Amino acid sequence: MQTKLTINGNEHDLEHDTRTTLLDALRNHLGLSGTKKGCDHGQCGACTILINGRRINACLTLACMHDGDEITTIEGIGTPDNLSPMQAAFVQHDGFQCGYCTPGQICSATAMLEEARMGWPSHVTDDVTSAPDLTDTEISERMSGNLCRCSAYPNIVDAIRQVSEKTT
Amino acid sequence: MRPFDYTRAQDSAEAARIAGQGATFIAGGTNLLDLMKLEVMTPDHLVDITHLDLNEITQTEAGGLRIGALVTNSDLAADMAVRRGWPLLPKALLSGATGQLRNKATTGGNLLQRTRCYYFYDPDMPCNKREPGSGCAAMGGMNRLHAILGASDACIATHPSDMAVALRALGAHVDLMAEDGSTRTLPLGDLYRLPGDTPEVETNLKPGELITHVVLPAPVHGRQIYRKVRDRASYAFALVSVAAVIDVESGVISQAKLAFGGIAPMPWRMTEIEDFLIGKAPSEDLWEEAADLLLSDARGQGSNDFKIPLARRTLAAVLNEATRGDDQ
Repeated sequence: MQTKLTINGNEHDLEHDTRTTLLDALRNHLGLSGTKKGCDHGQCGACTILINGRRINACLTLACMHDGDEITTIEGIGTPDNLSPMQAAFVQHDGFQCGYCTPGQICSATAMLEEARMGWPSHVTDDVTSAPDLTDTEISERMSGNLCRCSAYPNIVDAIRQVSEKTT
Repeated sequence: MRPFDYTRAQDSAEAARIAGQGATFIAGGTNLLDLMKLEVMTPDHLVDITHLDLNEITQTEAGGLRIGALVTNSDLAADMAVRRGWPLLPKALLSGATGQLRNKATTGGNLLQRTRCYYFYDPDMPCNKREPGSGCAAMGGMNRLHAILGASDACIATHPSDMAVALRALGAHVDLMAEDGSTRTLPLGDLYRLPGDTPEVETNLKPGELITHVVLPAPVHGRQIYRKVRDRASYAFALVSVAAVIDVESGVISQAKLAFGGIAPMPWRMTEIEDFLIGKAPSEDLWEEAADLLLSDARGQGSNDFKIPLARRTLAAVLNEATRGDDQ
């Protein structure tokens, strides 16, 4: 079948099997290998991308379901010459070791800050009618969909906190 | 994954009609695609319902809310009317899954997600739910996640949803559309079936029938608490969960709505417990008697025996929290 995908502002016409996940479309059909395949079952978060600004697991959705959506991958978040604030903070705080989970962490954290700006509560928010401050506990809970096998979590939280404080 | 045909439905009636011919609905897909990759589910036709006009939350004339089946778990938990009037619901939603999954998972799909029984997920193992008549590997196997109430000799799997537990306590109904376009409404408790001899049949939905909305009655007065006990602090299914709406007036319980997760094949509610609590003064002894009502038929399977005392203690903890004075 055929699907038109808009990825990082560029349109791509894709000829693909109905079974093709959005993750496989990005990596194997379009050569956008920044998005990583970890568990392929929505448990690790390595494949996190943004659809219409919202973070999702690219492994658990079909490419054919995203005709017309605005897709943002790590390649659209920043470039080596022009890092996004979140990418720069991860470098500054050494928020990784092997780096495999990092694109997913950065996409997830970027969208998570937007969720917090919109006042979304989380599981650790005492009063769900409030718009909570992004404490370290809030950051950890909101990032629980991104695993880091090297356990760089303290530095990841440091990086996210820094961007959060600069932008709020 | 097995090959399948794909159709994008334009409206609910078309979706129900196509599903009535044997197709499987897909919305968020976060559970279905996972199961299709493992070939636990092998639909030969998917009907994509994500473009249907079912993504709004509106007020009802009765003072409740009508929630479109395609409203994502994130949007439902973030909705300010929901957060103010039915805080139990966002508390339950936010205790489940991850930010990424809640952004995709829908209200209807959450209700219809499948059990996380390890053996259901493993096509090499017997499972009466996946392959009727093949047996149950969880009995006598690993059954830490499994049911202590409502199970049968054929199946001891639990329903994994947190959202459904909160909705059950809140008295929600589901609006359905059949393949011929006709509609009906069911109390949430009547959506689900206990496993009995046919654990592969989990709901009372007819072939092709589509959940279009979840309807909440007007908010009831009282403290709303969702307590979830699990193996890790985030992104884990409930071992035991308790959803409660409790009010105390003049020293006695005047409102009690309770539902339980992690312990049964469906979100569990026993109105006998609620009737028993109303009109009585809060006390530890009262909680024990309430737990006796809940657990009189409870049966462990070995690795899940701990759930019987855990459910007792979790219920007592929730009732204590719900009835303590504001000055404490």
